[in-house]
Amino acid sequence: MRRRSPLPDSTLVGLHHEEEHHPELLHHFANAEQQRDSSSLGMWVFLATEVMFFGGLFCAYLIYRRWYFPDFAAASKSINMALGATNTAVLICSSLTVVLAVWAAQTARRTLLILSLIATMLLGVVFLGIKGIEYRDKFVEHHVPGASFSFENEPVPGHPGQFANPRHAEIFFSLYFVMTGLHALHMIIGLGIFAWLLYAAWKGRFTPEYHTPIEIGGLYWHFVDLIWIYLFPLLYLIDRHP
Amino acid sequence: MSMEIAIPQPVERENYLNKEYGVWSWLLTTDHKRIALLYLISITFFFFIGGFFALLIRLELLTPAGDLVQADTYNKLFSMHGIVMVFFFLVPSIPAVLGNFLVPMMIGAKDLAFPRINLLSWYLYIIGGVMMVHCMLTGGVDTGWTFYAPFSTNFSNTKVVEAGLAVFVAGFSSILTGLNFVVTIHRMRAPGMTWSRLPLFIWAHYATSIIQLLGTPVLAITLTLVVAERALHLGIFDPKLGGDPVLFQHLFWFYSHPAVYIMILPAMGVITEIIACFSRKRIFGYSFVAFSSIAIAVFGFLVWAHHMFVAGTSVYAALVFSLLSYAVAVPSAIKVFNWTATLYKGSIHYDAPMLYAFGFLGLFTIGGLTGLFLAALGIDVHVTDTYFVVAHFHYIMVGGAVMGYLGGMHFWWPKISGRLYPEGWARLAALIVFIGFNLTFFPQFLLGYMGMPRRYYDYSHMPEFQVLNVLSTAGATVLGVGYLLPMVYFLWSMRYGKPASDNPWNAAGLEWMTTSPPPTFNFDEEPVVTWEAYNYEELDAPSHAQEVPVAG
Repeated sequence: MRRRSPLPDSTLVGLHHEEEHHPELLHHFANAEQQRDSSSLGMWVFLATEVMFFGGLFCAYLIYRRWYFPDFAAASKSINMALGATNTAVLICSSLTVVLAVWAAQTARRTLLILSLIATMLLGVVFLGIKGIEYRDKFVEHHVPGASFSFENEPVPGHPGQFANPRHAEIFFSLYFVMTGLHALHMIIGLGIFAWLLYAAWKGRFTPEYHTPIEIGGLYWHFVDLIWIYLFPLLYLIDRHP
Repeated sequence: MSMEIAIPQPVERENYLNKEYGVWSWLLTTDHKRIALLYLISITFFFFIGGFFALLIRLELLTPAGDLVQADTYNKLFSMHGIVMVFFFLVPSIPAVLGNFLVPMMIGAKDLAFPRINLLSWYLYIIGGVMMVHCMLTGGVDTGWTFYAPFSTNFSNTKVVEAGLAVFVAGFSSILTGLNFVVTIHRMRAPGMTWSRLPLFIWAHYATSIIQLLGTPVLAITLTLVVAERALHLGIFDPKLGGDPVLFQHLFWFYSHPAVYIMILPAMGVITEIIACFSRKRIFGYSFVAFSSIAIAVFGFLVWAHHMFVAGTSVYAALVFSLLSYAVAVPSAIKVFNWTATLYKGSIHYDAPMLYAFGFLGLFTIGGLTGLFLAALGIDVHVTDTYFVVAHFHYIMVGGAVMGYLGGMHFWWPKISGRLYPEGWARLAALIVFIGFNLTFFPQFLLGYMGMPRRYYDYSHMPEFQVLNVLSTAGATVLGVGYLLPMVYFLWSMRYGKPASDNPWNAAGLEWMTTSPPPTFNFDEEPVVTWEAYNYEELDAPSHAQEVPVAG
């Protein structure tokens, strides 16, 4: 799991000798390598907790999807697949810009680093904007769970004459809003992290020897993208037929 | 102010306590030892709040009629007793206080891997705690600590949302502690401190951290759903809308059963250290004790549905969960047998920490064996939701975890404070706690087996239960005295106790090789480990009168 440093070991050895003076080495670490490994492991462990956090929701989703499959299929058909697919593409592109940012930091390309961080944040904002449009549509259509919820006479795909149970469709939309809402919250937190990374990159804090924040911030961003890669087919593509 | 003439004293060595003074030097500290003390103060506060609720519960049950409090009030009392004791005392108790203080020192590190995250975890705990106190002062919550749906989501008129959010926030504090421990144990060990040389306290905390990391997020999402369901009527747990309340129970117990191991595993770690030290022997079967901690953490995740045998789970699922619950007993028993084997032919000293360890051995064994009764389907159906269950988990949580916590506090108090506590009082307190505990909770096994249900404030239709309830309430009073005593003499010893030497127990372990209290970065020189853990035979060998040399 540990990312190997692309740099020759001599660079790190050089840092060892100067560790007393390196401004980013915290006092309680023996050397820069230990500090970087600890930060990286810390983020991986944190992501494991995130897997469990979303895991509870995926578990609920699986159970109800199995119980109420026709209703879930009908409800899934009502959300905008084109927007969801666009958002998937947007996030995949943002993962590419994150990779570029990490590479730029490793190879001391400050301008590229800053541009990649800005591009990542822009793509994140586009994602949230599209998500907002989708939420607005659901609100207009009374598909938000609660007192005004309505899902009457919606046909079940592939079963002519059969209509979805609005109560069960409401469970689908509950899960839809909780899962995509928590995902969006993670995106917003990611934007905050990247704003800080951009600031630090602007100040020139990252060097090939020290760019751990870019790496672990990138890990977080990739993880949030990965959640979406699962959410998209599970929520948007239930029993779709051309 | 004082009329006494100050006797000139030798200048005290600089340590983590006297390095800086002032409120901000504590509230903004990133020193793991100071954060441990912040936790110590906060969890002691919540322990006494939870204890106060327990006292009111026991007073109500003194008589069969419901005469002290109203039914609604009683529901709130046992709910808040449970929430405060579980989430604000037991879960953080040993890890956040003793673990925080000792994990870096035992592995020879200067601090935890992420000192600022460590401080953040304390602040999260405090934010959760303030929310909980506010919730209690403005009406409280009556769902039981289990927040069962649909009562919590649709029917309860109390402050479920605020209590749920308080537990949610406190849960994140627990996650961050676990994260810090895992990374620290992996990455911060001193040269020569291999995995097989780690003290078993560290192994226990490693296993605990795994549970905190993988279990707590599930509780967090479950409480999020409860709060969302209550506020927005989502229907995920609401049978009227096609949801399933049993799903809530599955998700809740997926965390809350392993949470019991969050409480007991660190106590097992403490007991291991104490038993080795006061038997003057290397622990018997080191690797078995180490891996049984990991085994408990793993098996602990596979048994949650034994809380739900009467909730409509299928017979086959119940059989599997019953069998797996028996499987957890194996690593637990391995530990008990290894501790006993360590005592065998040991040179046993009956100091106060050891008395707590003996208490732990007996009480944990009773708690564990009655757990097997409850894992058996037939008996479980008979005693579900009776005082038998209450007695069982108090034997584990109070008889196990709190005895371990108190034993550990005594054992490491000289290191923490640099002072010795009064040994005679401490032995007396240990005895009082043991007697008070058994007097409180043993009658509850009998009550439960006779059929007294838990969470009832009025048993006037069954007045024959009164004798045992009076015994239990009397025991709770004794137990209360037993808990107050250490607090009094610990505070007293901070000023008047005899200064402790660096290693008053002549114990093995890196934490005893630095000064009492330790310097801010724990060691003046980075230690290099060349010996196995628990090298008591070596320490006690006549040729080894001087300090253990630090190699390198």
